[in-house]
Amino acid sequence: MRVPAFARRGWLLLIGDPKAERAVPPSGFTAWLTSFTAAAMAFLAVFAMAFSFAAGRLADRWSDELARTSTLRLSAPAGQMEAQTATALEVLTTTPGVAEARLLSEAEQQALLEPWFGPGLPVASLPLPRLIEIIEEEDGFDAAGLRARLQAEVPGAVLDDHTRWREPLVAAAARLRSLGWLALLLIGASTGAMITLAAQAALAANAQVIRVMRLVGAQDAYIARAFVRRFTQRTLSGALAGMAAGMAALLLIPRTEVAGGFLTGLGFTGAGWLWPLAIPPLAALVAFAATRTAATRRLRDLS
Amino acid sequence: MIELSHVAYSYGGGELFSDLSLTLSPGSFHFLTGPSGAGKTTLMKLCYGELIATAGEVRLFGEDARQMSRDGIALARRRIGVVHQDCQFLDHLPVSENIALPLTVAGRKDKGIQDLADLIAWVGLTKQASQLPPELSGGERQRAALARAVIMSPDVILADEPTGNIDWEMSQRLLRLLVELNRMGKTVLVATHDMALIRAAKQEVQSRVLRLTERRLQLAGADL
Ligand SMILES: Nc1ncnc2c1ncn2[C@@H]1O[C@H](COP(=O)(O)OP(=O)(O)O)[C@@H](O)[C@H]1O
Ligand SMILES: [Mg+2]
Repeated sequence: MRVPAFARRGWLLLIGDPKAERAVPPSGFTAWLTSFTAAAMAFLAVFAMAFSFAAGRLADRWSDELARTSTLRLSAPAGQMEAQTATALEVLTTTPGVAEARLLSEAEQQALLEPWFGPGLPVASLPLPRLIEIIEEEDGFDAAGLRARLQAEVPGAVLDDHTRWREPLVAAAARLRSLGWLALLLIGASTGAMITLAAQAALAANAQVIRVMRLVGAQDAYIARAFVRRFTQRTLSGALAGMAAGMAALLLIPRTEVAGGFLTGLGFTGAGWLWPLAIPPLAALVAFAATRTAATRRLRDLS
Repeated sequence: MIELSHVAYSYGGGELFSDLSLTLSPGSFHFLTGPSGAGKTTLMKLCYGELIATAGEVRLFGEDARQMSRDGIALARRRIGVVHQDCQFLDHLPVSENIALPLTVAGRKDKGIQDLADLIAWVGLTKQASQLPPELSGGERQRAALARAVIMSPDVILADEPTGNIDWEMSQRLLRLLVELNRMGKTVLVATHDMALIRAAKQEVQSRVLRLTERRLQLAGADL
């Protein structure tokens, strides 16, 4: 079977031609620097990625779930409360787009207030407004129209459709998500920059080796490959370690569903865990490009 | 094989030599002598494309060295075995791998382990094969350099003071290796200022002696 040339070259690059690589002496420092940088950057990249995903989920949830619920707050003199409540419910159930309107019970209201005032609050004896939870249908309802009707029929009602505070939150979450991706890009760019520096250092330190290889008839591509292969492999193994450490660290964050906390929700869900696996190959690709550019330039200058 | 016509070279100061012409034809054996600093090493560097003539033309296997790409020069060097004055090894690799380096960089796998072992035995370095170059004596290094120069079966062998820092007996041995190669049809150019060596060679091989002095290359006559 004939192996296509590009496949053969790719294979050589991955597993290496051990003989060629031996021509370039291993330098402890740049090797260590490259692996360490790759590991650290992969570790950070896992977090940046997780951050983006979490921000994305948050944005989705806020724009999805919260968009479906609204609250009607009802304040009225004690004598009119029951009548106004009944009217409000009547208005709501006849409004197109409202799937369900439900008066929150005293116990529910107590539960809502508990975090603020502690248990044992005598809800019944306080002049608290009544709360009606509205669940919308798919297409939502006409909030302005509803407000107008309520104003006419139930003067003490205030409709809170959450848009006012939801929109900036959704925008913030979306912004956070783009910042996460930007962080990923910056991590990739600085990985490239650092590997370029390390490769340049290695090329400069090995000027004599390059000279000898040339004297015995080595072509530029061959010499470049010896460096590129080594840096690509080091980056790949470093990034693998960093990615594994990053994923382990994410798994170790204590998980709780309380309030759908953003911090505790940092991580991946389901198939999302496959995403960080792309980091090591991407890092290797960055290293390949960076070292190749550095080597090609250096070999041209050394002629 | 290698042709220099009306060549001049200068490192930036005055010209080391000018209007120099030399043809290394197939199977020939040349000695290059001259005082230290005359430009023997420089002349050799012109012959394997390490330096480009400042005037005149150098042709390597018919191609103008000035027009050749770096890769083209690399290919030509695979046909020219060079014993460098300062040997030029990779000090972190054992002698055997240094000797095999031209094969390695050319990606040639056709020469087996046995050929390499034979070659190493031929230059008498079997015991030192796994040592590092800095651990070798001067003569051993010169022989290792010769082995590396011939491993690609080059058409031309350029040896720059191959007997520079070794004793008479060893230099005789090296000379015999070069003569043997010439009998196999290789073109040989040896730079040396060791007249005794040249006289010894005269008895074994048909050779021409060139003298580089005062910016000129002259055919040395009967004064030897
Ligand atoms: N890279 C260089 N830069 C400047 N001058 C050089 C360089 N190499 C050699 N030279 C000078 O060129 C002259 C000839 O050197 P070389 O060719 O090594 O002579 P030889 O081999 O005959 O002793 C010497 O004077 C030397 O100092
Ligand atoms: Mg010299």
